[in-house]
Amino acid sequence: MEAIVIEKIILITVILLLSLVIAMYMTLAERKFAGFLQDRLGPNRTGPFGILQPLADGVKLFTKEEIIPANANKMLFILGPSLAMFTACIGSAVIPWGHDLVIGGRTIPLQVADINVGVLYIFGVVSLGVYGVMIGGWASNNKYSLLGAIRAASQNISYEIAMGLSIIALLMVTGTLSMRGIAVGQAGNLYGWGPSGMAWNVFYQPLGFLIYLICMFAEANRTPFDLPECESELVAGYHTEHSSMKLGFYLFAEYINMFIASAVVATLYFGGYNFPGQDAIVGSVSPFLYTLIGVAALFLKISFFLFFFIWIRWTIPRFRYDQLMKLGWNILIPLSIANIVITGIVMFMAGKV
Amino acid sequence: MTITQSLFYFLAFVAIFCSLLVVLAKNPVHSVLYLIITFFAFTGHYILLNAQFVGIVNIIVYAGAIMVLFLFVIMLLNFNEGTETHKPNLVKFAGAITGGLVLVVLVASLQTLQQSNPVKLNNADIGLVKNLGKVLFNEFLLPFEVVSILFLSAMVGAVLLARKENN
Repeated sequence: MEAIVIEKIILITVILLLSLVIAMYMTLAERKFAGFLQDRLGPNRTGPFGILQPLADGVKLFTKEEIIPANANKMLFILGPSLAMFTACIGSAVIPWGHDLVIGGRTIPLQVADINVGVLYIFGVVSLGVYGVMIGGWASNNKYSLLGAIRAASQNISYEIAMGLSIIALLMVTGTLSMRGIAVGQAGNLYGWGPSGMAWNVFYQPLGFLIYLICMFAEANRTPFDLPECESELVAGYHTEHSSMKLGFYLFAEYINMFIASAVVATLYFGGYNFPGQDAIVGSVSPFLYTLIGVAALFLKISFFLFFFIWIRWTIPRFRYDQLMKLGWNILIPLSIANIVITGIVMFMAGKV
Repeated sequence: MTITQSLFYFLAFVAIFCSLLVVLAKNPVHSVLYLIITFFAFTGHYILLNAQFVGIVNIIVYAGAIMVLFLFVIMLLNFNEGTETHKPNLVKFAGAITGGLVLVVLVASLQTLQQSNPVKLNNADIGLVKNLGKVLFNEFLLPFEVVSILFLSAMVGAVLLARKENN
C-alpha cells in the first residue's frame, strides 16, 4: 500500500513537470516555427538558438505589475486563470504513457489512474475547461472580455457535441471506455497483415479522426478557432484585463492543453505507445528498454501533433464567427452522426457485432 | 472511522454547505459556482458508491454543459447585487405561507423517521459502465428509447419556439 502511493506520487510529479517543461518549450518552438514560416529568425538572443527564451519570458511575466481593474470581481478575477491552469493539468491522469515498467521485479503501470471510464473523464475535463475562460472574462468587468468569454463558451459547447459523437463511433470499434484498453486494442496488426503495433484506430475511423481533430482545435482555442481572443475584434478577448502571471497562466494553460490534447489523440487514434514491429523485438530486448521505446514512440506522435498545432496556426487564417458556428452545427454534427451509422453498418457487414 | 466514512462525511458537508451558499449568496454568479461545487460533491458520492459512470456523466452533463449555459445567461443578463427588484407585500406573504407549509410537511415526515433496512446489492459492480449498459439495453430498453424520444420532442419544441416567424 505504501509503495504504490509513492509510485503514484513520483509518476504524477514526473508527468506534471514534463507537461510544464514541454509547454514552456512549446512557446519557443512556436515562435521559432513562426519565424521560419515568415522568413525570419525568431528568438535567438538568449542562449544558443534562443534556448533560454522561455525562462526569460517567465521572469518577465512574474516581475510585471499585477493590475486588478477597479470594478472587477477580485476573487473570480484571480480564480479564472487558476481554474484554466488546473483543468489543463488534470487531464493527464488517465493517459497511459507506456507499457508496464518493470524495475527490480516491481511492475509499475505508467498511468496515474486506470479508470474504466477514462474517455469520459477526458471529456469531462474538456467540458470544464471553459470555466476558467468564462469566469476570468466575466470578472474583468470589461465588454471585450465578456464577449470573448461568451464566444469561448458557445464555441466549446458547440464543438463538444461533434467531439462526443465522433468518439462514440470510435468506442463502437474499440468496445471499451478505458484509455489503457483502447491503447492495448491497437497492439495488433492492421487488417490482419503487416507488422504488429499498427492496428491504429485512425485506419478504422478516418472520418471520425478528422472530426475529432477539428473539434480538438476548437476546444483548445487554437487558430483557426481562436475567436475568443481575436485581437482584430476583441483587443485580446477574455484576457484583455489580465496582466503579469495571470496572463501567463492563461497562455501557459493553452500550451498544456495542446500537449494533453496531442497525447489523447495519439492514444485514441494513433496507437498510443504501440510502435510498428513491437512483437518482433519484445523477447530480444530487456523489458525496461522495450517500455522506453514505447514511451519514445508515444512522445514522437505527441511531438508530431504539437508541430501540427503550430503548423496550422501559421498557415490558416481564423474563421468568421458565423462560419465557425455553421461548420460546427451544420457540417460536423450531421457528419459525425453519419459516421456512427456507417460504422454500425460496416461492423454489422463485417460480422464484428 | 474508515477512509470511506470520513470521505462520505466530508463530501456530505461540502454538498450541504455549498447548497446553502447557492441560496444565500447575493451574487448570482457566485450561486452558480457554488452549485457547480455541489455537483462535484455529488460526483464524489457516486464514486464512493462505485458508480463511476454516473459520476462522470454528472460532471459532463451538469457541471460541463447545463451550468455553463446558466452562467452564460446570468452573464448576459448582467444581474448585480443592486439590481434585485423590490417585491410587493403580497409576494412576501405568499412566500411566507409556502415556506411554513413546507416546514410543516418536513416536521411531519421527520417524526415518522426510522432507520431503514440496509440495502444489500447482489452485484456491487452494477454501477460500472459495462454492467449498467447491459441492464439498460436489455431489461430497460423500452423506457430508455421512450425517454430519448421525449428528449427529441422537447428539442424540436424548443427549436420551433425559438424560430422566427417568416410572415
